[in-house]
Amino acid sequence: MMNSLSPVIVGAGPAGIRAAATLVAAGLKPVVVDEAIKAGGQIYRQPPDGFTRPKSSLYGFESRKADRLHRLFEAIQPQIDYRPGTLVWNAGANHLDLMAPDGTASSLGFSHLLLATGATDRIQPFAGWLTPGVFTLGAAQIALKFQGSILGPRVAFAGTGPLLYLVAYQYAKAGADVVGVFDTARFADKLAALPGLLHGVGHLAKGMYYVAWLRAHGVPLHGGIVPLRVEGEGRVQGFAWQGSGRARRVDCDAVAFGLGLRSETQLADLLGCRFAYDDLNRAWLPERNLSGRSSLPHVFLAGDGAGIAGADAAELAGERAALALLEDAGHLVDRRRIALLERRLQRIAKFRHGLERAFPLPLADWGGAALADDLVLCRCEAITVGSLRQAACDLGVTELNRLKALTRIGMGRCQGRICGAAASAILAAELGQQPGTVGRLRGQAPVKPLPVVTVSHEDAA
Amino acid sequence: MALLQRVTETHRQTVDFILDGQPCQALIGDTVLTAVLTQRNRLRIEEFNGTPRAGFCLMGACQDCWMRTEDGARLRACSTFITPGMRLVSV
Amino acid sequence: MSARRYDAAILGGGIVGASAALELARSGLSVVLLERGVCGAGASGVNYGGVRRQGRPPEQLPLSLRAHAIWARLRDHIGIDGEYTRSGHLKLARSETEMAALLAYRHRIAGLGLDLDILSGNMLHDRFPMLGKDVVGASYCTDDGHANPRLVSPAFAYAAAKAGAEVRERTEVTDVERDGSGFVLQAGGDEIRADYLLNCAGPGAGLATRAFGETVPLSSGYPCLGVTEPLPPLFAFNLGVEGGGFYARQVARGNVVFGGGKGYALDDRSCRPDMKVLMQTLRAGTAVLPALRQTHVIRFWSGVEAYMPDRNPVLGPSATTPGLLHGFGFSGAGFQIGPAAGAVLADLVRDGRTATPIEAFSIQRFTQAGQTVPAVAHS
Repeated sequence: MMNSLSPVIVGAGPAGIRAAATLVAAGLKPVVVDEAIKAGGQIYRQPPDGFTRPKSSLYGFESRKADRLHRLFEAIQPQIDYRPGTLVWNAGANHLDLMAPDGTASSLGFSHLLLATGATDRIQPFAGWLTPGVFTLGAAQIALKFQGSILGPRVAFAGTGPLLYLVAYQYAKAGADVVGVFDTARFADKLAALPGLLHGVGHLAKGMYYVAWLRAHGVPLHGGIVPLRVEGEGRVQGFAWQGSGRARRVDCDAVAFGLGLRSETQLADLLGCRFAYDDLNRAWLPERNLSGRSSLPHVFLAGDGAGIAGADAAELAGERAALALLEDAGHLVDRRRIALLERRLQRIAKFRHGLERAFPLPLADWGGAALADDLVLCRCEAITVGSLRQAACDLGVTELNRLKALTRIGMGRCQGRICGAAASAILAAELGQQPGTVGRLRGQAPVKPLPVVTVSHEDAA
Repeated sequence: MALLQRVTETHRQTVDFILDGQPCQALIGDTVLTAVLTQRNRLRIEEFNGTPRAGFCLMGACQDCWMRTEDGARLRACSTFITPGMRLVSV
Repeated sequence: MSARRYDAAILGGGIVGASAALELARSGLSVVLLERGVCGAGASGVNYGGVRRQGRPPEQLPLSLRAHAIWARLRDHIGIDGEYTRSGHLKLARSETEMAALLAYRHRIAGLGLDLDILSGNMLHDRFPMLGKDVVGASYCTDDGHANPRLVSPAFAYAAAKAGAEVRERTEVTDVERDGSGFVLQAGGDEIRADYLLNCAGPGAGLATRAFGETVPLSSGYPCLGVTEPLPPLFAFNLGVEGGGFYARQVARGNVVFGGGKGYALDDRSCRPDMKVLMQTLRAGTAVLPALRQTHVIRFWSGVEAYMPDRNPVLGPSATTPGLLHGFGFSGAGFQIGPAAGAVLADLVRDGRTATPIEAFSIQRFTQAGQTVPAVAHS
């Protein structure tokens, strides 16, 4: 019976790699499907062949963890069915629809599925955010880590979250002219969060190191700001913000922007996992317990794809979810190991609560109500904030999917990944409610745009 | 000045490609996005308002960085590697 | 609490029910429109959006022509244009057999008020250069077109509400029965009374037919639809192919909406596209529109549609119960005729008769010859 198991893991970041290694150790041969061409996920993303920087330069303080994970994946590769560069574009009750790197489509059945789909930057649109030269914080980091290039050379780092100071630090070290770090959170928020942050002393120390380094190198650090606009036609020429009670601006060539991370939950949605609004993440997330079990008996969730907790938690959660999978499939599992993993995960969860307090989303003074009517909310199809408000007001819309049907918001190429949170905030603000009360955009296949030649290909399975 | 500046890993072999009819050079291992944004301030002109776009997330999520080739195909610039002789259009 | 009494209660806030509600409310009658979800979000709202008369069986054409006149004044009628465009409908033939079928159809509907131009060879390809070379001919209906069902169908309900109808969304009707001269409904915890009951509940129409002893072979279908990214203008007409398998329209924003096959059900209210079906659809599509090959699909969807075995709706009075009127089972082709179907139901309530021929849609066609119609059922 155990030989008939056909587990599939989606994602080869920290969670997916640990999960795969755990299944391999139990004698299974999981399929690991990953959209990237090399394993590591976003945080431990590996550069293309021919790049020569050492890992210490690529991953800084995290280089030992990165190296350990990359080596682990190399070691288990002969015992897994690895599908790099492969998009999972649809999920049914017991199969996934795939697109291989050569563009061919196929179907992959599974007995058990472990989703480790990771996260992307959380975004709130603001004036000028469509200007070439405005990128996410993650994008700024990828340009450097994966391509040896920087945005800029004069870069403003804006938004909030731990990544803000880390990427600014990495850019300054790489020779960029960091014109400032513009944190929407206040210094007071960070003080208030200290008790929670002490649960992750190591991370706290690193974060303080980046801040101290930036300050020592003369990089202006601003707290409690509100981004006003990106200046420039055709490309970024400046960044304007509100801080200390007045409007200010600075010349720059690029803006790197992000408000923490948001989970990639589309596959869990298509599978029919039950979702709940999570106050900590301020997002609808597939329900999972500490073991990584979802609301569906054969689907397991690990890592940032089901709620943001970072790379260390992802490794632990990947292993824990794989053990849950094994246990549910009738394998014997190490109870003491499970208890240890869960204790560590709970400890990180406390730190995570602290982080949210330290880098709160700027909803109060910069939420849905503050966005101008002519602001383009949907970068895919140029839908404006005003058209959402009008639909909500004229037609009495109270739910996000209705708003989607009437305005096309969330119907573009990105399926609402970028605009969804803001659309929800705008509708909630119109109704005088909290974002969690207006529902969530339903996921639809394909998870990402699918070339027609792929699905119409004669030889496709 | 272009949107992206190379700061390291510049020892790689060059790749010749065509951008808007002009011969250009990139490096092996460049994505199409890097190849183009080290020369230009845009990847494409957006369909609705005619404004330039240059990508946003670089990790295949936001779908902002679509580019056309001369034969009309569309590719996602942040997750497609430049290949010799590629003929790209940013207008 | 005493139950509110209406002239008419309508089950289902799709385009048929909402159109009936609009017509009745404008006639000054008291109407309640009951929808278990939100209005125009079922098949009426997620369908392909074709607004065509061409291809309909002759018995549907009078209804379809009446609808055509309503579509012509859509903005006056419901307050928005709903992206409705009279782009023409081009039905393609990819073989001589299919061409013969197009000609036979034109012959069959001759004299019924629908003009079709038959095009072939160079004349066709010169006029429509985007068509693939395998297309041998086509039948063109100039005034047919397409519209955005996500906008149009809810707008019928908004217009009905504005005209005075009471629209109750998220209200599930759990029980209907006859009481004296009228009907009693249990709806979302309330009791509702009405003189007339209009059964426009699409896939959920069985509730009222069962309650009143009428057996109909109603089934569900799940169209497998998709849309591409925005493209430069490629074609304006609503495109179909003889024999089915592919249809497409390009909206003003540039996206190409297409369909052709069937998805599968997840449960009785939701469904999914099927990859193998999509492959067949897009293979058929890229053969007739080669430019689609270089595009991306950004979304697939499906919806639940009510089907009858003969692909004609059930439209008209109940065979068992006075005051009960049916309008369901439009079999994947109800969007264009929906507004007229609602108008016909309003005629029947208001005048007891309609000038539009609807005999072919009688529910009695499903009762076997010689079988006695059961008396009014009580629950």
